[in-house]
Amino acid sequence: MIYLDNSSTTKQFSEVTRLMADVAENNFGNPSSLHQLGYESSNVLRKAIAQIDACFPSGGRTIVTSCGTESDNMALVSGSAKLKRQGRKIITTAVEHPAVLRTVERLKEEGWDIVLLPVDKEGTSSIEALEAELDENTVLVSIMTVNNETGTIQPVKKACTMVHNFAKEHGTRIFFHTDGVQAFGKIDLRNSDFDLISISAHKFHGPKGIGALYMKNGVNLPPFIMGGGQERGFRSGTENVPGIAGMGLAAQMSCTDMDEKNKKLSEVNNYLYNGLKANIKDIFINGPETIGTSLDEPGSRCPSLLNISFEGVRGEVLLHTLEQDEIYVSTGSACHSNNTGDSHVLTAMGRKHKEIEGAVRFSLGQFNTVEEMDVAIDRTAKAVERFRRLGSFR
Amino acid sequence: MEINNENSRLYIVRCGEVALKGMNKPYFERVLLERVRNAIKDWDNDSHWAGGLMLVRISDKIGKDEAVRRLSKVFGVASVSPAISVEKDMKALGQAAAQYVSQLMEEEDIKTFKVKAKRSDKSFPVQSPEIGAEVGGAILSAVKDIRVDVHNPDLLLFADVRREGAYIYRDKVKGFGGLPLGTNGKGLILMSGGIDSPVAAFMMAKRGMRIEAVHFHSYPYTSQRARRKVEDLCRVLAGYMGTIRMHVINLLPIQEEIVKNCPQDETTILVRRFMMRIAQEVALKTHNMMLITGEDLGQVASQTAEALVVTDKVVDIPVMRPLIAMDKVDIMDKAKEIGTYDLSIQPYEDCCTVFLPKHPVTKPKLDRIEQSESALDVEALVKAAVESEEVVDISFDSIAE
Repeated sequence: MIYLDNSSTTKQFSEVTRLMADVAENNFGNPSSLHQLGYESSNVLRKAIAQIDACFPSGGRTIVTSCGTESDNMALVSGSAKLKRQGRKIITTAVEHPAVLRTVERLKEEGWDIVLLPVDKEGTSSIEALEAELDENTVLVSIMTVNNETGTIQPVKKACTMVHNFAKEHGTRIFFHTDGVQAFGKIDLRNSDFDLISISAHKFHGPKGIGALYMKNGVNLPPFIMGGGQERGFRSGTENVPGIAGMGLAAQMSCTDMDEKNKKLSEVNNYLYNGLKANIKDIFINGPETIGTSLDEPGSRCPSLLNISFEGVRGEVLLHTLEQDEIYVSTGSACHSNNTGDSHVLTAMGRKHKEIEGAVRFSLGQFNTVEEMDVAIDRTAKAVERFRRLGSFR
Repeated sequence: MEINNENSRLYIVRCGEVALKGMNKPYFERVLLERVRNAIKDWDNDSHWAGGLMLVRISDKIGKDEAVRRLSKVFGVASVSPAISVEKDMKALGQAAAQYVSQLMEEEDIKTFKVKAKRSDKSFPVQSPEIGAEVGGAILSAVKDIRVDVHNPDLLLFADVRREGAYIYRDKVKGFGGLPLGTNGKGLILMSGGIDSPVAAFMMAKRGMRIEAVHFHSYPYTSQRARRKVEDLCRVLAGYMGTIRMHVINLLPIQEEIVKNCPQDETTILVRRFMMRIAQEVALKTHNMMLITGEDLGQVASQTAEALVVTDKVVDIPVMRPLIAMDKVDIMDKAKEIGTYDLSIQPYEDCCTVFLPKHPVTKPKLDRIEQSESALDVEALVKAAVESEEVVDISFDSIAE
């Protein structure tokens, strides 16, 4: 199997699987129970949270949620609720994940003023547009760190500074949230001043169904899920102890030796890109040409992603052809007889329907090798050639 | 468990057209009883014919609503009524009716009632209007806070005195009607995964026809999810008609030949003709007497009158098109009623849209189509397609196993 769909989800680390089985078997006590068994479970949580805390900027706390989507929902819904007396405007971008876009759509129905910043043709959102839109009515700005379809690193560091400076100058308060789901474990988020960061464990070789929201000290969002007061009242519900333990270990493992792993990832990514370019005519990249690995390189491409449009081919046909060789990728468009399935990200970048239909996303992880890329390049080239010959009428 | 009057509830099952059958009536009744017994085989029950009614006793552990749901789903059942059986005696009838009414009043707000009596046992000494009046009187004297309203009663109570016994009941829950499954041969439905074909299959099965399905796909142009969607549709249908055998055939090799060798605007009709040919071969091999399609006159290019004529030419066995004169909205309503609509509208590409030309011919001419086909080795292509079939049996409960 050649798994090139790591932005959808990743294979869980074996160490994480073993730890979770052990915790499920031996630490089944409720962390809120006062007895010894509960106490031991709460210690498991304590350790895991410390492991995650270490990957976030200091001076904040980790709130565990059920997934990245919940983290985004909480940041936007609770963040806007907290500051609603001050203003009614939220600024985000046109290329956010649906977890953000659907949530602000809902807030719009409730009367909020929602601004979607445009992006350039490589998918980088406009810092100038942000500057023009910031006003005293603005209470929340949400910009993803790395785009999940193109890998574009967004100018979040500059944006965050701009937002905080504006708030200081005008004596207002504005939360800066970033969806760090794709970035975590690849782009170091510690060197930043973000107020809120969403992450999701299964994107960094942790378990599914668990995520976290980093909350800077003083931000103190009202709870999004109410109940028995777990997570110090910020997020109720009996803790998923094995899941949290797994997320903690996966976070620690992912954020260790990040530079070294990024170097390898970049090599594999470039190898794949150059190989496809050399072997297949009429293709182009969706997203930035150059790879970057830090918050200080906005407008470059995260080494885990490579989005390519193959002219005259339908991405989904390519996907189903590659799956027969156990090569797994994803597409920029759901197969549909009309245009409604097109990626909103590629559309925002100005791509036409035909180009989006031919888009395939290769997303790499730390387990991928150059040897695998040789096979992937070869199979992709053959499939593209076959279907270009046959074509289809649409 | 032994079923008796104490540990069970009685349901009266009425059949519709089965009762109209002349010489064959015993046959239809036997099959319907078998189908009903089969539908409730996991519940303790005692079911038999008594006169023109089917009396079904089901363990009282089974809720009334669930029992009625299952019974009314059996093809051939016109209506179902939860009922109580009573001794054929006026006093007993009155007492039972009063008790029945006071029980109902505990569960719902009933202030007025009317009794509708029927005496099919003419040897019973009291006539229908008097039965009604006497039972009504018994209710009035035994139950507090209730009065008669003959025009707009909250509760319409039926009292039936028949040769084999007397019954009291209220609701008549409508069934689908039709004829018992298996009394009308076997047909092969061409299932695309759209809204129409499951409805067509349902309508034929409702007339007693057993159903097998053939599904064409174009993998890797279509996805496994599209195929699974068709399996899920068959699974819903299996809830009405038992396990469905599905023949799955990849049409892509044929589509590739057509695209390479034939005019683009004729692709749809050419592909359609191949589907019919292949379906006929499958049908003949599997003792299906006819083909069934969800075609609806004028709905798409391949379903114009001219196109249907050209399609029909390639098969010799009858092609049933039960939806042919229905409006799309009515087909959609039917799909919602039988529970296939939500599955059908999932947006997976099917093999018909893969090579959909921009401007397909809507009035194909037979001679021109045949001319185009002469570029292909039709027989060999059909043979290869039939040989490549995969067969799966899909039953209602086959996912969780």
